[in-house]
Amino acid sequence: MGAVPHWHASPPAAPAPTPTLPHAAREGGSGLTSLVSITGLSKRYGPVTAVDAVDLEIARGEFLALLGPSGSGKTSLLRLLAGFETPDAGRIVLDGQDVARTPPYDRPVNMVFQAYALFPHLSVAKNVAFGLEMEKRPRAEIESRVAEALKLVELEALAGRRPDQLSGGQRQRVAIARAVVKRPKLLLLDEPLSALDRRLRERTRAELKDLQARLGLTFVMVTHDQDEAMAVASRIAVLNHGRIAQMGPPAEVFDRPADRFVAEFLGDCNLLEAEVLAPDRVRLRGEAIELLVRPMDRPAGAAVTLALRPGKILLGPDGRNMLNASVESIEYLGDLSRLTVRVGAATRLVLTQVNRAGPLPAVGDGLFLTLPPETLVALPA
Amino acid sequence: MSAGSRLALLLPAFWLLLFVGAPLLIVLEISFSEVISAIPPYAPVLRWGEEGLRIALNPENYALLIGDDLYIHSLLSSIRIAATSTFLALLVGLPIAHGIARAAPRHRPWLLLLVILPFWTSFLIRVYAWIGILKTEGILNTVLLTAGLIREPFVILTTEWAVHLGIVYAYLPFMVLPLAVALERIDPAFREAAADLGARGWSIFFRVTLPLARTGIAAGCLLVFIPAVGEFVIPDLLGGPGTPMIGKAMWTEFFGNRDWPVASALAIVMLVLAAGGILALDRVQRRSGEGLS
Repeated sequence: MGAVPHWHASPPAAPAPTPTLPHAAREGGSGLTSLVSITGLSKRYGPVTAVDAVDLEIARGEFLALLGPSGSGKTSLLRLLAGFETPDAGRIVLDGQDVARTPPYDRPVNMVFQAYALFPHLSVAKNVAFGLEMEKRPRAEIESRVAEALKLVELEALAGRRPDQLSGGQRQRVAIARAVVKRPKLLLLDEPLSALDRRLRERTRAELKDLQARLGLTFVMVTHDQDEAMAVASRIAVLNHGRIAQMGPPAEVFDRPADRFVAEFLGDCNLLEAEVLAPDRVRLRGEAIELLVRPMDRPAGAAVTLALRPGKILLGPDGRNMLNASVESIEYLGDLSRLTVRVGAATRLVLTQVNRAGPLPAVGDGLFLTLPPETLVALPA
Repeated sequence: MSAGSRLALLLPAFWLLLFVGAPLLIVLEISFSEVISAIPPYAPVLRWGEEGLRIALNPENYALLIGDDLYIHSLLSSIRIAATSTFLALLVGLPIAHGIARAAPRHRPWLLLLVILPFWTSFLIRVYAWIGILKTEGILNTVLLTAGLIREPFVILTTEWAVHLGIVYAYLPFMVLPLAVALERIDPAFREAAADLGARGWSIFFRVTLPLARTGIAAGCLLVFIPAVGEFVIPDLLGGPGTPMIGKAMWTEFFGNRDWPVASALAIVMLVLAAGGILALDRVQRRSGEGLS
């Protein structure tokens, strides 16, 4: 994308006629304090509790992904942040102001809609100008800010086009320009990549991350795609049944899931039933196999489920937790191979291995595996 | 193309030719004929004589339409009354259509049914009923007098106001139905996007909802305007001599003067004007990316 415009450095404009619309998100001053502070937020639709007493802090300048399956409440949470829904209970404090019941047009929050919702009867430039015209900004200011926003997303040349004359990727960029031109404190993105084809999606998510870093804006993105969430977000909140199941940086959520749901939702995962022997030792259920695990806070004798990512299993003897295994099946996936192996009497493990030069194991082969103890995470059974 | 599919295309074409094309050709023929005292009261244009087919085209009927300013006056008056009535129908129809489009999906069929329910009664009777409401000693004046809102009964019947009222009343469903469909089809995300960008209720309506419903608005306006221009029953029953309309002129030529050729010429001119209007509108809409589909 093009040169970085002086996004936050532009001189303060003429006083807005609507004083309820705060001006640009200002950097500095408050440092890393949270921008949004959500407490006890609940939303019910009839008998369904879409958002269930959620507490959430969103830091200034972070890229937060709300990740979850459909019906997990992630979209409802986003719509509550945007103001399209009114909560049944709870507070949304944005920059010191409770906005939970503020209508969308009075919130310093803008949204990139799932199918972009670009106005089909307006040109690209008019779409981007819409929000500033609603603020009744002077014409000259509108023109320069629209030009700046279009430059940011590299669409200056297409300013006169109609949305139906644009490609999917271009539409997405118009939607982003239309939202950021308002200089919101918080930018919401509702599945911003789902309308794009797969190849474009991978390129666009890198652009999205780059854009967020350059603008220094706080982004909250809803997605059901864990790869997307991990690729762009600085933090992921995994939602399930209207609650936040776990929140943290992508690597933390992926490597140390808090429960079975998170473990399985973020990618393939071996789940093994086990019994606690000591805070760092377990025995696999039904097996004479003892394993060292990541230290946990569980009494001896408790039942736990061990989570182990297929990619963390090492082939060959390498330190502690060595096991004998026999290969049951192999899937060749190009860069990777996925092996299903049996250990002990009846325990199956799936592991992935990077395909390097040299032969692959064959079905029936015996292997040595190493399960690094810090990658074995005990979950509540 | 197989014989079967060719037949499937030909059959509707034949049907159209038989029931639309043929009557139209007959009207066209009469419009070029001469009026005579006979039954039917015109001399056929095409005649088989001793020396074969004879064509006797008589352009006088069309010349009369241009020459006598009664017709042009009636036409302009019709267009004016139809245009203002269409605009009024749009104003009345929009809130109704908006209400239907925003109603719960399970209520919508019932609301639409209510809109078309009056069609179960004869159009003529419904227009006739307005006489009882509007006449000097009618329901409206009685109510207003009794309530003390007016001192003397005012005259609505036989004025242009009554004609407007009648047209708006009679054609409102044709405005409401396409509008309701168009409004219902608008993705709510557009309104949310507008609100997100700072637009409030009326701004959303005028800047987003109305432009997105423009095909429905155009369809509703055409469906009201075109029949209203040629309307005869409403100006005849509710209007007075002060509201000349082209439909009334046509009726007078046909039944009063028994001048079928002039009445037919008038009909053909009206048809060409209406078709031209529709085509022009369609072209404009196509240019802006949406046809009249």
